[in-house]
Amino acid sequence: MSEILKIDGISVSYGNIRALSDVSMSVNEGDIVSLIGANGAGKSTLLKAIVGLEPLKEGSIAFAGETICKAKHHGGLTTDLIARRGIALVPEGRRVFADMTVEENLDMGAFMVSDQALIAKRKNDMFELFPILGKRKKQKTRSLSGGEQQMMAIARALMSGPRLLLLDEPGLGLAPLVVQNIFSTIKLINEENKVTVFLVEQNARLALKSSSFGYVLENGRIVLQDKGEALLQNERVQKAYLGA
Amino acid sequence: MLNFFQLILIYAGIYAIMAIGQNCITGYTGMLSLCHAGFFCIGSYATAIICKVCGLSFWLSIPVAAIVAGLVGLVIGIPTLRLKGDYLCIATLGLGEIIRNVATNLNPVGFNSIPRATLFGYQFASRNKLSFIILIWAFVLVFYVLFQQLAHSRLGRAMIAVREDEVAAQSNGINVTKYKISSFVLGAAVGGIAGCLQTAYTLTVQPGSYTFMVSVMVLCTVVLGGMGNAKAVILGAFIIQFISYLPQLTGLTNVIPAQAKQIIYGLLLVVMMLCRPQGILGRDKFRYGDPRTRTEKLRDFFARGKKKEMGGEA
Repeated sequence: MSEILKIDGISVSYGNIRALSDVSMSVNEGDIVSLIGANGAGKSTLLKAIVGLEPLKEGSIAFAGETICKAKHHGGLTTDLIARRGIALVPEGRRVFADMTVEENLDMGAFMVSDQALIAKRKNDMFELFPILGKRKKQKTRSLSGGEQQMMAIARALMSGPRLLLLDEPGLGLAPLVVQNIFSTIKLINEENKVTVFLVEQNARLALKSSSFGYVLENGRIVLQDKGEALLQNERVQKAYLGA
Repeated sequence: MLNFFQLILIYAGIYAIMAIGQNCITGYTGMLSLCHAGFFCIGSYATAIICKVCGLSFWLSIPVAAIVAGLVGLVIGIPTLRLKGDYLCIATLGLGEIIRNVATNLNPVGFNSIPRATLFGYQFASRNKLSFIILIWAFVLVFYVLFQQLAHSRLGRAMIAVREDEVAAQSNGINVTKYKISSFVLGAAVGGIAGCLQTAYTLTVQPGSYTFMVSVMVLCTVVLGGMGNAKAVILGAFIIQFISYLPQLTGLTNVIPAQAKQIIYGLLLVVMMLCRPQGILGRDKFRYGDPRTRTEKLRDFFARGKKKEMGGEA
């Protein structure tokens, strides 16, 4: 399996505060990889750094062999260009276009696609994957429930046909049953659409169960990395994240 | 009285064009800009200088005004459009004042008796208001159609996405800076053209008439009508002009001071924000993504009408 995302020794700071220090990791094509960690560990910062929303202080990030982010000014690509390379981010808190209808949101997700037939086909696929979105397609996104909005955010990201899907806390603030539903859909997307998934989550058990590989982030550093199943058995993880 | 309504029609037309430009900046892309008076000023001066100083045709001044206003928008836009919300608002407010001051220093009394515009030998005289109504509303129509097309184009959709959420827009591959600047430049150019038409009608320009209040009035027009809806903005222009001429219309100029307008605009903005933040007509719907062709849509439209007639479900 080839490496699709390679993060090499990156550091990110907010002023004097270090959010990430010397983080290195990689994601193999076709995998689901999760990153777990507590609040403030730097999980979201890492995702933002990957898509170029946070500048790097040190290190570099490569996607499919091409360097997309680099330390030093103007070292990397801008967010929109990174998105064009095939990385789709489902941002934290969903960030849907609230005043647009579900269908319009999906159209925006396909902004980079010019083939109308392909857009229509992908939209149909999305309505099959998330039937509730099909029912609500003429509704303003504002009126959707949290879980539906999360599904819509994922569907919007998939509209561009990404190679790598980044998910920032897909289960945040949702009912346990809805979270389960979303995770099984993520697995389905990974298997059927052959999309590599890298997700960041506080719900460690669910995230690691669905992942083939996991990383643990504490205070801006990777402290553990192993196969998902192995991490679930790990004493330190069990103590700190699984409440065992 | 007829004369008076014609006057309102003329000014409503000029402000409708300005508001269409402002709508592009504020309504579609969501940038709170307060310098439309500046672009208006640039357009007015372009016509004054080209017609009076250079002795060239009025029609030439229209593209020149659009280009100069657009260029000023571009040069100012590149550094300031990085700012957000209130900061952008203050920066653009400053720009509007700078343009007015430059105009004042250029020529404090402005220009008078500017030659009239002619078209195929016909002279547009200020006396003949009807000819101006036709001229100005022809421009309104053109811009309305253009911006209506724009709103449903790729460019327009990208602008609206930027307004809704910048991070999400970027993550979907939209170059936020590019679309912000494009919308600012477009809006500025349209504002410039409105200035040309104003000068063609009044045949004089004075730097004192391009104050901050003009920018506020244009913003008010957009908010009142409905942000991001070209039709609504034209309706807003009518209402605002009607209100601003209300003292003259009711013959109460002695009772109602001219400053009352400012209070009314302020009140209008507050009331609109509280009661109907989307404006009278609200936001325009997307047409994008409808796979039907134009003829199919027409057929469906009539088919629906028929169904209604037969009492069926529409």
